[in-house]
This record gives sequence, structure tokens and C-alpha cells, in this order.
Amino acid sequence: MAADHHGPAKGIGRWLFTTNHKDIGTMYLWFSFTMFIVGGLFALVIRTELFQPGLQFVKPEFFNQMTTMHGLVMVFGAIMPAWVGLANWMIPLMIGAPDMALPRMNNWSFWILPFAFAMLVATLFSEAGAPNFGWTFYAPLSTAYAPSSVTFFIFGVHLMGMSSIMGAINVIATIINMRAPGMTYMKMPMFVWTWLITAFLLIAVMPVLAGVVTMMLFDIHFGTSFFSAAGGGDPVLFQHVFWFFGHPEVYIMILPAFGVISEVLPTFARKPLFGYTSMVYATASIAFLSFIVWAHHMFTVGMPIAGELFFMYATMLIAVPTGVKVFNWVTTMFRGSLSFETPMLFAIAFIVLFTIGGFSGIMLAMAPLDFQYHDTYFVVAHFHYVLVQGALFSIYCGVYYWLPKWTGHMYDETLSKAHFWLTFIGVNLAFFPMHFVGLAGMPRRIPDYALQFADFNMLSSIGAYVTGFSQLIFLYVVIRCIRGGRPATDRVWEASHGLEWSVPSPAPYHTFAIPPQVR
Amino acid sequence: MSSRSDAEQTYYVPEQSKLPFLATIGLATFIYGAGATLNAARAGDPDPMSWLLPGGFAFFVAVLWQWFGTSIREHRLGLANAQLRRSYVLGMQWFIFSEVMFFFAFFLALAYVRLFVVPWLGGEGDHGLANRLWSGFAAEWPPSQTPQQALDAAGGTQLTARQSEFLAPPSTVSWSGIPLLNTILLLSSSVTLHFAHVALRGGRRGAMNVLLALTLALGMTFVALQAWEYHHAYTDLGLTLKSGIYGSTFYLLTGFHGLHVCIGALMLSVTLARARFAGDFTPEDHFGFQAASWYWHFVDVVWVCLFLSVYLL
Amino acid sequence: MLSESRRRGTRVLAGIMLACAVHAQASEPAHSSINLSPGVTTVSQAIYDLHMYTLWVCVAIGVVVFGVMFWSIFAHRKSKGAVASSFHESTSLEIAWTIAPFLILLTFAAPATNTLLSIYDADEAELDVMITGYQWKWKYEYLDQGVAFFSSLSTPRESWDTIGVQQVPPRGENYLLEVDEPLVLPAGKKVRFLVTAADVIHSWWVPQLGVKKDAIPGFINETWTRVERTGTYRGQCAELCGKDHGFMPIVVEVVDEQQFASWLGERRARAEQERVLAAQTLTMDELMQRGEAVYTRSCAACHQPNGEGVPPAFPALKGSAIATGPLEQHLDIVLNGKAGTAMAAFAAQLGHADLAAVITYERNAWGNDTGDMVQPSDVARFEQSE
Ligand code: HEA
Ligand code: HEA
Ligand code: HEC
Ligand code: CUA
Ligand SMILES: [Cu+2]
Repeated sequence: MAADHHGPAKGIGRWLFTTNHKDIGTMYLWFSFTMFIVGGLFALVIRTELFQPGLQFVKPEFFNQMTTMHGLVMVFGAIMPAWVGLANWMIPLMIGAPDMALPRMNNWSFWILPFAFAMLVATLFSEAGAPNFGWTFYAPLSTAYAPSSVTFFIFGVHLMGMSSIMGAINVIATIINMRAPGMTYMKMPMFVWTWLITAFLLIAVMPVLAGVVTMMLFDIHFGTSFFSAAGGGDPVLFQHVFWFFGHPEVYIMILPAFGVISEVLPTFARKPLFGYTSMVYATASIAFLSFIVWAHHMFTVGMPIAGELFFMYATMLIAVPTGVKVFNWVTTMFRGSLSFETPMLFAIAFIVLFTIGGFSGIMLAMAPLDFQYHDTYFVVAHFHYVLVQGALFSIYCGVYYWLPKWTGHMYDETLSKAHFWLTFIGVNLAFFPMHFVGLAGMPRRIPDYALQFADFNMLSSIGAYVTGFSQLIFLYVVIRCIRGGRPATDRVWEASHGLEWSVPSPAPYHTFAIPPQVR
Repeated sequence: MSSRSDAEQTYYVPEQSKLPFLATIGLATFIYGAGATLNAARAGDPDPMSWLLPGGFAFFVAVLWQWFGTSIREHRLGLANAQLRRSYVLGMQWFIFSEVMFFFAFFLALAYVRLFVVPWLGGEGDHGLANRLWSGFAAEWPPSQTPQQALDAAGGTQLTARQSEFLAPPSTVSWSGIPLLNTILLLSSSVTLHFAHVALRGGRRGAMNVLLALTLALGMTFVALQAWEYHHAYTDLGLTLKSGIYGSTFYLLTGFHGLHVCIGALMLSVTLARARFAGDFTPEDHFGFQAASWYWHFVDVVWVCLFLSVYLL
Repeated sequence: MLSESRRRGTRVLAGIMLACAVHAQASEPAHSSINLSPGVTTVSQAIYDLHMYTLWVCVAIGVVVFGVMFWSIFAHRKSKGAVASSFHESTSLEIAWTIAPFLILLTFAAPATNTLLSIYDADEAELDVMITGYQWKWKYEYLDQGVAFFSSLSTPRESWDTIGVQQVPPRGENYLLEVDEPLVLPAGKKVRFLVTAADVIHSWWVPQLGVKKDAIPGFINETWTRVERTGTYRGQCAELCGKDHGFMPIVVEVVDEQQFASWLGERRARAEQERVLAAQTLTMDELMQRGEAVYTRSCAACHQPNGEGVPPAFPALKGSAIATGPLEQHLDIVLNGKAGTAMAAFAAQLGHADLAAVITYERNAWGNDTGDMVQPSDVARFEQSE
């Protein structure tokens, strides 16, 4: 080994062969943003087509490909890698570790992703077209009736799964094994806690996803009959296995968000997080419950009544621990000394808008109501509130919060606030009216709709454009911040606390070569 | 700030490595090749890029070989400190947990099919109405006919588009022959492996090598018998992947298990080779041995679940 | 400044939410475009009531939670000189707000359970209708009544397939929500639906009835309705089922008992006519005319009105080897479909007259000038020979 492996290497090799958690975190974040743009452009195709009734620009078969690819790219390409990126950057800094536990595997987890997505997105240009069966790919539409690109889709999912599992193993090993002396579990920052639990969820459910796509692969290519009644299987079996993965998956996307918010609020309220212990227990309860609620996505498939009731009650219970979190956050702000820098704006917006998304979730959880809501835009409204105004907002929150630590420069406060407000307006304009059209009866995944939905759809589309445009501001702010700007202090924020603020800004290539002592 | 030599003592940060990126190239080539080959086979087209699959696979395996070799070398050089070794341990344990969950998906499918789907199709329970579409199908496990066959026999017309001919096997594999023998083989291999570990900890390297070899032999016998059983099932019993849901669950569960036995056997061979020819592993420090042995025990436990749910019940 | 505008934003948001709820209660159900409709059955009404109840409770929780939060934002601002306290836990408070939501949830769960139980009680139905989803149409079969037919979108293609079209024909009020043959039901009777599908999963949904049930190929789901009020109720397929998922509406026409009886009679007579027709020999013109109608209804979705298909998924019939080649092959693929593709076995869907007509049409339209004529009896003979 070379004695001077302590600074970054030169050239492209730095990125291809790196084992440094900061480099890898950076790559994850840029990859995620790229995918967000790609997935966002797909969303804009959808919104453009839905701007007015009638088929305007794309044919129904292409529309379905856009919906599918949008969902897949956003979930697996944008949100999840963003969290892994933040974990890579911040967990070692927050627990006083010099790097991730398994640095070479870390590099591997990352580099699999661009290849997997290149393969997936490339199917758009193939003769058969991209996958067109929705991001939930229900059989038999995704097996017997699928375009041939489904094979590449399946293998793409296998690759993403491998990447996620390896990433999660790395996070768990890092957190369990690499904490600085004195950093007991109950002293860990909330972001680390939420990621520990997220990593557990990932290792538990990504293999199940791999299993279900493997069954698809065999049904398609080798004549098995898992999802075909003629051979004694059941299309609904697909849904059970898929959602056994799929529901925990949505918490995989939101638990780290809870962590970020729990870091940011105390800093800008200048007051310690309220109810740290109950936050930890609430997170664990949510994770536990997430394993026993999957069939709330399947209330209309004709489950036996006992199943309906069980899954309904279990799902409704999730409101309790989530409520604890929301109440703790609000109480953290209460009688604090608040200031409203950009991360704080995103955090506050997160609390309000995520809770609205949670409310629609509770309404969906009630089986008889779900008979009316299921597969309408009401569901689309629900999950964009928790995913965009929830997960995405908290990612922005975290990025603004830690950007000065990464780059050593303060970002442009005015432009970043413009980014916040325009995004805030854009997403609410885009997604709030979806509640209305959904309740009024507009199904999801349709390229054309009845005339009474026209007005709100136009609003939604305008909102989507506003949102899309505003992300360019973000790109500009970040690039400017990397290039230069007012130097950031080590502490960056007046009231920030935690190990990550004890190292210089920008954080040196290697930090905590000597473990700090935590009291 | 700290001096660098301190850093080296507390933590080993590997230098840059080309291995992961090369592994990615291998993996991506291999996977893409697999997709292209499968699609070409399904469409009945010639596959101009058929070399991608084996080529990518070979490259991938070669890189992994290098990678493990590097880790082992570092270990021998003493670069892996206690903390890194603990990381490896955790990594292996959680990896095995992920494998458990992979099998869980298939066991879940089997349970759901047996508890719900087959009874429903046979006219029992909440969804017994389904039998209207498959009149003649009776709920039993293993099914003596697939719903499609039963309907054809009853002279009905199938409503769902016929995607394939699913023919239930005239008879199925009984638990009492090879499967029982295989269970005994695999269980004893876990015992021999355990005593190999005991021997290693007691510093009795000769015994360890013999016991390891014995474990490996038992494992290979298992694989051979399993292969023979497959052959028998395919040719004599007519039990194939296309034999409806029984064939589907049977082959995927036992098949993925068999694959994992092979991987485990490979790990054990490497372990044996390292122990025998390189003199690796000490009574205190033998992560490689331990990882292989955990994996082997895991594969064994899966088999027991399999024996119970696929063959016996 | 900031929090000022933020609060205004939230007030607007809350205002919209309130407005929608109030508006929903005031407006005619059929025209509401921002809320659930109370519908026309006891089930849909129960769902609606529960929906409004949960909505209001959630709004109330929101008002309290966001109220406290905005109060802090207003009163505990650093710029106003607020000094932070340092309290950070309170066991009693934390227990209180664990229990309170739980109690609220109980008040949701009880009515939800009741409604669910009644939705699941399909016993003692007076009429059974089998509903089968096909790509992209519905089949309705009145069990034990000898009546069955397909129902598909009747909005003319020109008014929705408008990519690159300059002059779009005017769209009617029920654009995309109209069908050629509605499902006709008697008012006041409990009707049981047996729902299934022939290819992929569909979902039969009529909001006004409060009924949504997935149609799973190979399985049968049970549900029911009882509509007191006569009228026309519209819905759509609610499960992604491929290309034309957005174009498979549902129309239910509820009529009084007498009208229903005479409708059934008329339907049976029509079925009889079909049988007679199948025994006759038709002229080329009759076949072509009928064939075009059948083609538009059953085949154009995939093979397109101009016969050019959407390659590679759906092959062109114009100039295709099969449609211009040996008749046997043509009969075979249309009657038996092709395993592993979307091409269904149409023997199970169309009568001999329709099959003969559509095959004749395909062999002579779009320049496929084979001149071949296929008679219903040819189709029957082919079926027998298999
Ligand atoms: C980040 C992702 C995320 C999160 C966090 C959630 C959170 C929740 N979701 Fe959501 N959901 C999705 C992502 C997410 N969901 C996605 C992607 C889909 C669609 C998938 C697809 O089909 O494509 C979906 C679909 C979906 C459905 C299926 C709808 C259908 O298809 O018919 C249901 C039904 O139960 C549901 C319920 C819930 C519930 C109960 C919560 C709860 O966790 C919410 C809990 C939070 C609160 C309730 C607010 C805070 C609490 C309080 C302030 C306490 C007091 C409150 C009360 C007493 C009510 N979700
Ligand atoms: C996980 C996160 C996530 C995110 C962030 C988003 C973001 C957005 N989504 Fe959605 N969405 C899903 C997850 C997500 N989505 C899922 C899971 C589904 C279900 C799929 C399915 O049914 O199978 C779905 C489905 C879905 C639908 C329903 C489709 C249908 O049913 O047919 C719609 C419709 O409006 C929509 C819209 C949007 C919009 C407007 C955004 C916007 O927020 C996007 C904003 C971003 C941009 C617009 C990109 C901005 C950048 C530029 C414009 C710059 C260009 C610059 C360069 C080229 C340099 N999404
Ligand atoms: C849901 C889609 C769908 C519908 C509806 C449909 N077809 Fe097809 N059709 C297909 C597909 C897919 C194929 C290609 C099968 C294959 O791969 O050989 C096909 C192939 C054919 C062919 C053979 C063409 C060739 O040259 O290979 C004929 C003839 C045909 N269909 C006639 C019809 C008729 C007649 C109808 C209506 C009564 C109809 N189809 C309705 C999907 C459809
Ligand atoms: Cu049928 Cu959607
Ligand atoms: Cu869920």
C-alpha cells in the first residue's frame, strides 16, 4: 500500500477507483440528481400529455412507458441513491469514523447503479419499447403480456437490488462497528439511527424483490406458472410478494428523511430535539409495522374479509408512531429561538406537507374508503405529498444543511430561497389538485380523461413546469457554491452540534483518523 | 491534527482499487449478455452477441478471484486490524440474512399457493367460486392435474388466453428416497464442519483438514444426488418446470438451494485449499473459515425447511 | 417577513381544503368535480359519510398541530428576540400524544369495519351478472338468463386519437365515458357481480355505486349492488391493463323492473336472430359491412382502423402474409389466438356470423384484395375439423 493514499488521486481514476466515502457520497448525489432530471423529464412528458383532454403528443403505449419509467427512475434512481449518498457522506462524519466499514464494496455498490440504469433507460430506444406495466409491474401484464424489454428490466432490478443490499450492509457494519469511543447507541444522531433502521429494512426486503422478479423471469422464459391460474398459480401472488417488498420500500425512502428533519430542526430552533428516546422507538415501531401492512395496496383484489380487516387495522396503527414524530418536531420548535435559513424552510414545509400526505394515507388505509380511492389520482396525490414534499424536500433540506461542510463555501441565500419558494409553489400547484380529480373519479395511468377533469389537470401541469424550472436554480446554486462563495466556518450554523461540525469546512479528504472521544 | 502514523494504527483505509469497477464491468456485461441471450432464445432469433454471457461471467469471476485474493493477502500481511475484521464479520452475517430473505420470498409463495390458491381453484374457501372457471379441478397437494388439464378433461373452454401447456407430472418425488438421504448427508456435513471448527480452535490442523474434506465430500455427494434426482424427475416422472405450480415451486426452491450448496462448496474448497496448502487460519483468527462455515450452516437450515415444506408436508 | 408570507400561503391552502369540503356538500353529486360523490347506493353513501368524517377530523388535527407550529414560528422567532428554552422531554406529554391518536383511530375503525362487512355480504342476490374484463372491453353475462354481450368505448376515435390533428371534432359531455352497449340493471334489486378477466388484471369501478373490484384472470371475485334510483352511472377500468387502459369505460343503466324485463326479452330475440344468421349464406356486401363493424369494435384497438397495426407489438394486417395467404391459417389465428401474445381466441368472443364477416373484411379491406368470401358455415366447419 502506498504511504500517500491520503489525498485524492488525480484524473478520472479518482472517481472510478475511489474508496473514499466522501467521493463515493458525492458520486451518489450527482447520480441521483441526474436521475431526478431524467425522471422529471419523463414526468413532464406525462404532464404535457395531460395538459388537455385528447391525445396531444404521445401515443398511449408510449405514455405507459413514461409512467413506468418515471416511477422506477424516481424511486430507485433518484430518491434511494440520494439517501445512500447522504449516508456515505455524513454517517462517518457523524459517528467519528474515518470511512465506511467496507470501502471497496462501497465503490462497487455505487458503480453498479449507472450500469443498471443505463440498461433500463436504453430499452426506451429498443424496438419493443421500454417497460410499460407501471412501476408496480403487476403480473400477468408484466409477464405473458410484456414487451421483450422486460428481461432487461428484471436484470436491472437484480442489479439495483445488489447495489442496495451492499450499500445497506456497509451502513450497518459502519454504524455497529465504527462509532467513536463513547458514542453509545442512545447518543447517536437521529440521522444515523434512522439510517440504521433503514438499512435493516433494505437488507430484509430487497432480496424479496429479487425473488419476485426471478419468479417473473421463470414464468416468462422457462414456462413456470407462479402467476398463472391455468397452472395453479395466482396473479395476486405477485402482488403479495411485491408489496411485501413495496411497502417497507416506501419507508426506506422516508425514514432517513425523518432523521434529517430531526437534525435540522434543533439547529435552527436553537433547542435540543424534543423526545429523542421516543423518536428512536417511534422509528423502530414504524419499521416493524411496515412488514405487516403490505396488503393495504390490495384492498380491491378480493382478499378474504379477515385479511382486509387485519391489514386495515395494522396500517392505521402507523399513524401513532408517525404522530409521535410530528408532535415531537412541533414541540422542538415550540419556545425555541427560530431562524429561517433555507434548510429550515424545507424542514418546516416538510412537516406540514408530509403530514398532509400522511392524512391522505390514513384515509387510504380504511379499506371501504380505498374502494373509491384506489388507483385514482387521489393515490397519486398521496404519494407525491409523501415522496416529493416528503422525501425530496428533506433531501434538499439535508443538502443545503451540509453543503457548506462539503464545499467550504456558503451557498447563495437569496437564490436558494427562490428555489425553495418556487418549488413549494410548484409542487403544491401540481399535486394538490390531484386530490380533487382523484376524488371526482379520475383513474391513474391514463393518457386521456373525461372533460370534467380538464381544469385541474391544466393546473397540475403548470405546477409541474414551475417545479421543473426551479430545479435549474438549485443546480446553479450548487455549482456556484462548489466554485466559490463566502467561506464557511467549521460550525457553519450558529447552533449546530454534532461531530460533523467539529471538522474543518470543507471536510478534509480524510477525517477522524484518530477517533474522537464522545462524552 | 493527528499524525499519519497514528491513523495507520487505528484504521486501515485501503488505497484506491480497480477491482470494484472492473467487477462492475464484468457483472454488467454478464447480465446484459444473459438478457440478450434469453430474449433471442425466446424470439427464436440467432444471438449475435452470445459471447457476452460467458465472456462477462468469466471476467466477473476472474475479478472476484482477484478481489478475494487481495483481501486474503492483506489479511496475511496483518493489514486488517481487529476493527476491519469485525466489519467483515458483520458484512458476512448481514449478507446471509439477505440470502435468508431471498429464500423467504419463495417459501412465502409456496405457503400462499398451498394454503390459499390451490384450495380456491379447487372450489374451497372464500374464493371457491374460481372453480367455475376450472371445473373438474380438485384441490390436492401435489395436484394430480393442473387446472388447465382438469378443464380440458372436463371438456370446458378456457377463458384466460392459453399461454402455455401446463401438464402436471403423473407422479411426484417422494420424500423417503433421495431427499431423506440428502437430508442426512447435509445434516452430517454440518456436524463434520462444526468439528472441523473445533479442531481448528484446538490447533489440530490435521483433523481440521480431514473433517473439512469430509464435509466437502458430503456436500458434493448431495449435489450429485440432487442432479441425479432432477434427471430422474425430468425424464422418468415428467416433472418439469412446466408442470404447473408444483413444478415451479419445486424446482425454484430446490434449484436455488442447490446453487447455494455449490457456492458453499466452492467456499469450503477455497478454505480447505488455504488451510492445506497455504497454512492459513489460526485458532484465534480465521474469518475466512468462519464465513464459509456460517454459509454452509445456513444452506443446511434452508434445506431442512425445504425438506419439510417441499417434500414432507 | 418570511413567516408572514408562509402563513398566508398556508391559510390559502387551508382555505382550499375547506372550500372543497363545503362545496362538496352543497353541489349536485353528479357534477361534483372535486370530491367523492355520495353516490346512489347505501354503500356509496356510507363510504361518503366516512370519507367526510375522516377528512374533517384530519383537518381538525391539522389545525391544532399546524396551529401550534405557526404560533411558534410567529412568537418564538430569533428576529423578535426569542430566547430558546431547553426542555427536551416530557414523559406524560409523550404518552398523551401516543394515546390520543389511537383513540381517534378507533372512531375511524368502527364505522369502517361495519361498512366493509356490508360490502362483503353478497348473499341473497336476486340477479347474477358475470363481468369479464378483456383488453379493452367488458363482457356482461346475465347468468341463467341467456343473455351476454360485450361493451366497449363508443366515443368516436377521431375525437380522442388526435395527435397532429388540427381540427378536433367537438367532444360530447360524456367524452370517453360512453359505451355501445351499457350494462342494464333492474332498480331496487340486489344484483351480485361475479368479476373475472380473460387476459390481464382489470378493475370494474362505478363510483356512484361505490363498487370497485379487481378482475383477476383465472379467479372470480364477488361483489354486489342495489340501486334504488333509475338513471345512468358511469365508471372506468381502474387497473393498468395495457395500451388502452384509459379507454375502457363502464356504463350502467338502471331501469325499472318492467323496462328491464322487456329489455331482456329484446336481447334474447336478438340472440335468436344471430343464430338464424349463422345458418345463412351472406352476400359480399353484407359480410363487408358487418365485418367492418366487428373489426372496428373488436380488432381496431390493436390492428388499427387502417389495418397497419402498431408494430412490433401488434402486426399489420394490411398486406400481412396470413390475411392474404391460406384461409386455414387466418381462421386459426382469429379463432384460437396465439399463445404468449395479446392476440386472443376470438371463437370465445364472437359468433360465427361475426367471425365470418370480420375475416372476410380483413381479406378484402385496405387493398388486401383476395376476393375471398368466408361464410358462417365455413367457420363452423373449421371449428369441427379441429
Ligand atoms: C415515502 C413514502 C410513503 C409514506 C411515508 C407513506 C405513508 C403512508 N401511506 Fe402510502 N403510499 C406510497 C408512499 C408512502 N406512503 C406510495 C408510493 C403509494 C402508491 C404505490 C403505487 O400504487 O404506485 C402509497 C399508497 C398507499 C396506499 C394504497 C392506496 C391504493 O393504492 O389504493 C395506502 C393504503 O392504505 C397508503 C397508506 C399510507 C399510510 C397509512 C401511511 C402512513 O405512514 C402515514 C402516517 C402519517 C400521518 C397519519 C400523519 C402524521 C400523524 C399525526 C399528525 C397523528 C394524528 C393522525 C391521525 C390520528 C390520523 N399508502
Ligand atoms: C419517488 C419520487 C417521485 C418524484 C420526485 C416524482 C416527481 C414528479 N411526479 Fe411522479 N410518480 C412517482 C414518484 C415520483 N414522482 C411514482 C412512484 C409514480 C407511479 C408510477 C406508476 O404509476 O407506475 C408517479 C406517477 C406520477 C404521475 C401519474 C402518472 C400516471 O398515473 O399516469 C404523475 C402525473 O402527473 C407524476 C408527476 C410528477 C411530477 C410533475 C413530478 C415533479 O416533482 C418532477 C419535477 C422535476 C422535473 C420536472 C425535472 C426538472 C429538471 C428540468 C426540467 C431541467 C432540465 C434540465 C436539463 C436537461 C439540463 N408522477
Ligand atoms: C389485444 C390486442 C389484439 C386484438 C384486440 C386483436 N388482435 Fe389480432 N393480433 C394481435 C397480436 C399481438 C398479434 C400477433 C401474434 C403473433 O405474434 O403472431 C395478432 C395477429 C393477428 C393476425 C395475424 C397477422 C400476421 O400476419 O401475423 C390476424 C389475422 C389477426 N391478428 C386478426 C385479428 C382479428 C380478426 C381481430 C378481431 C376480431 C384481432 N386480430 C384482434 C393482437 C390483437
Ligand atoms: Cu382494463 Cu384497465
Ligand atoms: Cu404501503
